[in-house]
Amino acid sequence: MDNEHLDVTKAVAIVENIKEIIDANKEFLTRLDSAIGDADHGINMSRGFAKALEKVRNNQYNDIGAVFKDVAMTLMSTVGGAAGPLYGTFFMRASMKLAGQKEADLTLLAQAFREGLQGVVALGKAQLGDKTMVDALTPAIEALEAAAKQGLPLKEGLKRALDMAEKGMKDTIPLVARKGRASYLGERSAGHQDPGATSSYLILKAICEALGV
Amino acid sequence: MIGILVVCHSFKAADGIVEIASQMAGEKVRVVGVGGNEEGGLGTSTANIYEGLDKLLMECDGVVVIPDLGSAVLSTKAALDFLPEDQKSKVVIADAPVLEGTVLASVEASTGSPVEKVRQVAESAHLLKKLTN
Repeated sequence: MDNEHLDVTKAVAIVENIKEIIDANKEFLTRLDSAIGDADHGINMSRGFAKALEKVRNNQYNDIGAVFKDVAMTLMSTVGGAAGPLYGTFFMRASMKLAGQKEADLTLLAQAFREGLQGVVALGKAQLGDKTMVDALTPAIEALEAAAKQGLPLKEGLKRALDMAEKGMKDTIPLVARKGRASYLGERSAGHQDPGATSSYLILKAICEALGV
Repeated sequence: MIGILVVCHSFKAADGIVEIASQMAGEKVRVVGVGGNEEGGLGTSTANIYEGLDKLLMECDGVVVIPDLGSAVLSTKAALDFLPEDQKSKVVIADAPVLEGTVLASVEASTGSPVEKVRQVAESAHLLKKLTN
């Protein structure tokens, strides 16, 4: 194991960390979702990642893609809300890029996450500024790509991506929601942080922690 | 034969809608409902929807999916991505009120209409007037 690559062990650690961080923030996500949604985001995500971890722990993997593919399939079946197909698609598209890979460097990781984001956008049709997970993921992945292009170390790239995701998440506060259940509230959705952007930030934070950032 | 897949956040809702629609649908249509998450709570499951589609596609020439809200639509689209292209092309999603759309679609499908016509009729349920005076 080195610091410049994601490998299978670290991929499994990522799933463990996501499960933990989502659990720790379950009430917080639910509170955010009760302000502008149907108050189930924390519970749904917690159930989904608990099942995903159970699945991943009970399997042996030879490549990183297979880990994320199992996560994707489990999320799509167990989350229940829109986050299921959306995060499921994110991990599914990323897993296709990582299929057969025992390790991924920053460049490959940025490519995989970009594919994941494209899948999310194709499915949910959200644009930047619609007050969704796309608002946290887009600047984060752009930062990853820029860091890869500059040849920066993996940890530095991830750190920059996390900072941008946090900014993107906080920037959703004044926005008026244009997608999902929150969009039914119109102007009343302004002034609240988006739960989806928040869970995206938390997932990225868990990835960073698993890779020692 | 045309298949209609009702996708709801609650299995009870989907099952009830299927019950109502089946009363009016004849031999030429199969109406199936899926709903709820895998633990029986409220929500939608891509896996359940995929299974419903797979089942209907085995005996139907085309399938019209009628989802209720939000994640029902996204989960359906995600499930479609798992179908092979030749199967996927037989499925359309109707943007329709779920109960009224399913009833109208079932009646239309029972007359032997093709899948695209059934979808249009399901969507016309938006215009259905219940109070006439």
